[in-house]
Amino acid sequence: MSILISRTARLAGAAAVAAALAFSSQASAENYITLGSAISVSGKYSKEGEDAMNGYNLGVKMINEHGGVKINGETYKFKIKYYDDESTPARTAELVERLIKQDGVKYLLGPYSSATTKAAAPVTEQYRIPMVEAEGASRALFSQGYRYLFAALSTSEDYLGPVIPLAADLFKKKGRKPSSLKVAMAFENDPFSLDVRAGVVAQVKKLGMKIVVDDKLPRDLSDMTATITKVKALRPDIFVVSGHDKGAATAGRQLKELGANAPIVAFTHCESAGLTVKYGKAANGILCPTQWAETLKYHDKLFGTAMDYYKLFKTTYPKYHIVPYQAAQASAVIQIWADAFQRAQSLDPQKLRDALAATDMETFYGHIKFGPRGNNIAKPMVLRQIQNDKYVVVSPVKYASGKIEFPRKAQY
Amino acid sequence: MWDNLQVLITAPVFNVQLLLNGITVGAVFALVGYGLALVWGVTSVKNLAQGDFVMMGGYIGYVLAKHGIHPILTLIPVAIIMFGFGWLCYLLVIKRVIQLDLFTSLLGTFGLALVLEQVLNLVFGGDVRTAHSGFGTIRMFHGMVTVTEIRLIALGLCALLAVGMALFMKKSRMGQAIRATAQDPRAARVLGVNTDLVYAFTFSINAAICGAAGVLISMIWVLQPYYGITYSVRAFVIVTAAGLGNLPGVILTALGLGVIEQYSGFILGAQIQQATVVSMLLIILVWRQLQLRRQRLALQ
Repeated sequence: MSILISRTARLAGAAAVAAALAFSSQASAENYITLGSAISVSGKYSKEGEDAMNGYNLGVKMINEHGGVKINGETYKFKIKYYDDESTPARTAELVERLIKQDGVKYLLGPYSSATTKAAAPVTEQYRIPMVEAEGASRALFSQGYRYLFAALSTSEDYLGPVIPLAADLFKKKGRKPSSLKVAMAFENDPFSLDVRAGVVAQVKKLGMKIVVDDKLPRDLSDMTATITKVKALRPDIFVVSGHDKGAATAGRQLKELGANAPIVAFTHCESAGLTVKYGKAANGILCPTQWAETLKYHDKLFGTAMDYYKLFKTTYPKYHIVPYQAAQASAVIQIWADAFQRAQSLDPQKLRDALAATDMETFYGHIKFGPRGNNIAKPMVLRQIQNDKYVVVSPVKYASGKIEFPRKAQY
Repeated sequence: MWDNLQVLITAPVFNVQLLLNGITVGAVFALVGYGLALVWGVTSVKNLAQGDFVMMGGYIGYVLAKHGIHPILTLIPVAIIMFGFGWLCYLLVIKRVIQLDLFTSLLGTFGLALVLEQVLNLVFGGDVRTAHSGFGTIRMFHGMVTVTEIRLIALGLCALLAVGMALFMKKSRMGQAIRATAQDPRAARVLGVNTDLVYAFTFSINAAICGAAGVLISMIWVLQPYYGITYSVRAFVIVTAAGLGNLPGVILTALGLGVIEQYSGFILGAQIQQATVVSMLLIILVWRQLQLRRQRLALQ
């Protein structure tokens, strides 16, 4: 018996050594391109940071499994060096500098949030290192003349801004003039949400509507009852909220508790807040802007269709109930980098910057084409509505997979 | 601003809503403030991990609720677990900093707060979580005023705790020992009080109260590993405004601040809500200074 065990153990040992040797020879034969990112693993954006990281990792996994990128006849695989920026912009700037100066990373991926991307961009500009980001939507990022910053996503004024003309159209059909409509707004006091607000205010002014509530939520506010009581008292026609996942989760819960409603209710971050899972029927009828939806007809060679990506992501990370767009756009960023490397046929950051600027590609996430300011000008935002616990694209009509339910019927 | 004020005058029913919101919000903050006042008063340790204890309690309740226990029933096991955890924290951290200067004890509890946040994040992830109380909503004035039953439970619990703690402090041996230690630890030691045990017990009671508050918060607001700071800050404001050793004052201040916050949020906007709370604190402190000055002058 003991001989049998020792022989088995020896065999297993030999097999392990052989496997290790095979692995090490394989590893040494492979070239790696290191991408770097200071992202929120801890702090208030840790959830969204994790979504983005999962998206980046899935993108890298897929590129590597499909043979990596070929540059001048050599095959390169991707790997990512992460640091935790603790959801603090100052730390992001510090860590991006560390990635560039100490770790020698020459190709950067964006952090999560507009505030942290704002802190990272001046550093990458200073060192002339290109950064492709997917999670900083503030339009202020694209008015600074940055040359090394590229963003796969639509900018923040497109999040809730389109809700206003959509509402105007819907009310017009009911015989109400846009100028007779009342708007209630609650936005977190952070660069992203204030930009979303600017997009809404521009549309409200254009259509001559009246703002009856204009609250700016403190970053650490846990209670929105005062704002929602105002909504209940003033009965606006449109109620819009943007406060990342905490804002959406709090507003969703307290609308229900206070029995408040409006014919049009729209929140950002519905998906990452898990509104459908948390509140079920009570979340029905809420409009949610999204950068991407699995029902859209985009596709590429690597991931297939948007739905293929959705399924792949869920199999890779089974804990997700739905796939947040934050993850999809992060995966698209890896594709953008791969495409730039292929076209530039170089590892030189300057040549890569020029290749990135000339990007014009179709992905499962949508079309990617950067404008002169570095933002993606080819992909629209879409609006989804929660209908029977499902997210249904309702606007623009071109992309819609269902009809909008209007006015919203509160199911609580 | 005037428009909002006008709404309150023309439709006074919304005052009822704001008062109810304010009192029930204040009740939860009162629990957190109550625990802090106790620890601060007895051990002189300013516990910066107060809000993180709240979050931890909320998460434990959330996990227990996932295993089929009704969220409200998790209050008791959570309080017991947090009591034990508080004791452990006392032995590992607080005991070592209790005799040292203010700065060291602040650093100690700040470190504890950081560790707790990171551990919660590692275990539960960064998702915003909520627990469903399963309780309904009470509607009054044709649905114009609503209040969730869980908020009323929080208010009831706050009252129960106030009465319970007052009785405990007056009648029980441990309560008397706590009061004696708070007054003069050296004299208490001389008279045979095991002050080390009193400190450990006080800190653990605080952790248990925070844990219970966390369970309520998971059913009223949201949980996230890094949201503890909101409750720490609020607890400090309440205790500073109420004054140490003034437990009924803590509850009244918390309820009052809750109401003021609601009114300022309604009339001036959410952006002014927290500023109002801090301004109130400032006014109270200035007023108290003036009062003390008058007393000093009278004595002279």
